[in-house]
Amino acid sequence: MDITTTTAAGLAKAIKEKQTTSREAVAAYLGRIESHDGKIGAFLNTYPEEALKNAEEVDARIAKGEATGPLAGVPVAVKDNICIKGKTATCSSKMLAEVAPPYDSHVAEQLRKAGAIVIGKTNLDEFAMGSSTENSAMKLTRNPWDTQRIPGGSSGGSAAAVAAGFAPLALGSDTGASTRQPASLCGCVGFKPTYGMVSRWGLIAFGSSLDQIGPFARTVEDAALLMNAISGPDRRDSTCTKNAAPDFTANLKDGINGMKIGVPTEYFNTDGLDSEVRAKVMEAIETMKAEGAEIVEISLPMLEYAVPTYYIIATAEASSNLARFDGVHYGHRAEEPGNIIDLFSKSREEGFGAEVKRRIMLGTYVLSAGYYDAYYLRALRVRQRIADDFSSAFKKVDVIAAPVSPCTAFKVGEKSQDPLAMYLSDIYTISANLAAIPAISVPCGSSSQGLPIGLQLMGERFRDADLLKAAYAYEQATGTIPQIAPLG
Amino acid sequence: MGHITSEDVKKIAHLSRLDLSEEEIALFSEQLESILDYIEKLSEVDIEGIEPFMNAAAEGNVFREDEIRESLSTDEALSNAPQKGGGFFKVPEVIQ
Repeated sequence: MDITTTTAAGLAKAIKEKQTTSREAVAAYLGRIESHDGKIGAFLNTYPEEALKNAEEVDARIAKGEATGPLAGVPVAVKDNICIKGKTATCSSKMLAEVAPPYDSHVAEQLRKAGAIVIGKTNLDEFAMGSSTENSAMKLTRNPWDTQRIPGGSSGGSAAAVAAGFAPLALGSDTGASTRQPASLCGCVGFKPTYGMVSRWGLIAFGSSLDQIGPFARTVEDAALLMNAISGPDRRDSTCTKNAAPDFTANLKDGINGMKIGVPTEYFNTDGLDSEVRAKVMEAIETMKAEGAEIVEISLPMLEYAVPTYYIIATAEASSNLARFDGVHYGHRAEEPGNIIDLFSKSREEGFGAEVKRRIMLGTYVLSAGYYDAYYLRALRVRQRIADDFSSAFKKVDVIAAPVSPCTAFKVGEKSQDPLAMYLSDIYTISANLAAIPAISVPCGSSSQGLPIGLQLMGERFRDADLLKAAYAYEQATGTIPQIAPLG
Repeated sequence: MGHITSEDVKKIAHLSRLDLSEEEIALFSEQLESILDYIEKLSEVDIEGIEPFMNAAAEGNVFREDEIRESLSTDEALSNAPQKGGGFFKVPEVIQ
């Protein structure tokens, strides 16, 4: 079997049934990384020796007929803002370049329980702030389909890793777009679960009321398998659900006959929506109709306020969350500071990159005396109206279909000098974070230049399984599993 | 919102504990002004009688029993400290 083109579900089954071994699988992926990641730059670190050793242990247990987890022996890549004990978690920042957390994130523990093998950690925009991964202080990640272009962000490394066939599964985080937009631009599946579906323990915080860990995969079924492993309650995250997670694969194949799919007019009449993206997404909606779904035109008039609302709330939360990086407890410390304030200010000035500083500044401003009511409190009230928009829509429909990104992958450097233009690339994805609802990006074809395009489906809070079912039905109807990028 | 001066930026930088360079102060004055102009769009929205969105967790805070459990050891907690000594984080003299 060709390991690196097999799905995670197929690989898990083949390992369990001894048609291949975890060691062979891990070695195949490591080999592909070794040969090709030099021109992609998806990974910040790989752990070949440890991964092979862990794979051999899984193989030994399977050989003895011992019970293993649902992802036993399957390689996984992890975004570098998620803590794994003893491994650096840099957030692609100079601030944390040397920092290796002394504890595991909840998702890292869950991966281990499921038998998955972490093969490495992936690049991101510094502290997950960005839409192209160009804000990484570590390296540039390139789009596997066109290396002159960005992979999207902030989880650009994880998306590129899956699209390039460096790992069948990856974890990312999504605060405004960061699983769905890079998945869309790289041609893989990216899922942001309902807020509270996956514990944030050990995810280095950016915007705590928006952040959610989510899977990258080549198929919807693989994303559902990874969700089964990582979701559910965790005593260490008080915003995480107290209810046991459902089996996301149980009703995955039930089809969408009779399902009502809302098409919000505002999302298709935005300035700046590329005509090819629009056409492919409309085509995908027609495909779902042919599968028996009922298409319902709806209105989500608050769309135009999503980006400004987000940039107040996300930066306010970031300015507070990133206050912990002070050069005292861990991370970069400036040399020979004059006094304690100097120690803080110089360490932070040296440790953070431009976009992180810009957002800390904006967040501090909107929270500062005299501006709190005008900006932050107003944004929270607009956020409620955005959430209300979705609540009304979900009284009429089961799922909402929309574009993910207004354009296909742009060129390296094209938007990096214009923060506002970069922020607007998240226009269609941000609302799901503000409304705390689940949303997924599924590949729906490519542009005339061969660049991937994603269909976004959004669902009701905690109806993640129904959303995955809709995404699965669409994916199956297209009849093709997205290919991994050829890479020459 | 009004004009963002370099004095405003210096004040925010101080609150943010960022020792910005002169170039950054100039750049951020310009960029923050254009971002704030854009954000100003929210003043169009009717928020009369709308409560602020305060908790993204649908179930509210999920509490747990307050039980004593093992936590990080001192050595583990200090493992990434830039400077440490005698089981403590070390910083420059604070009270002069």
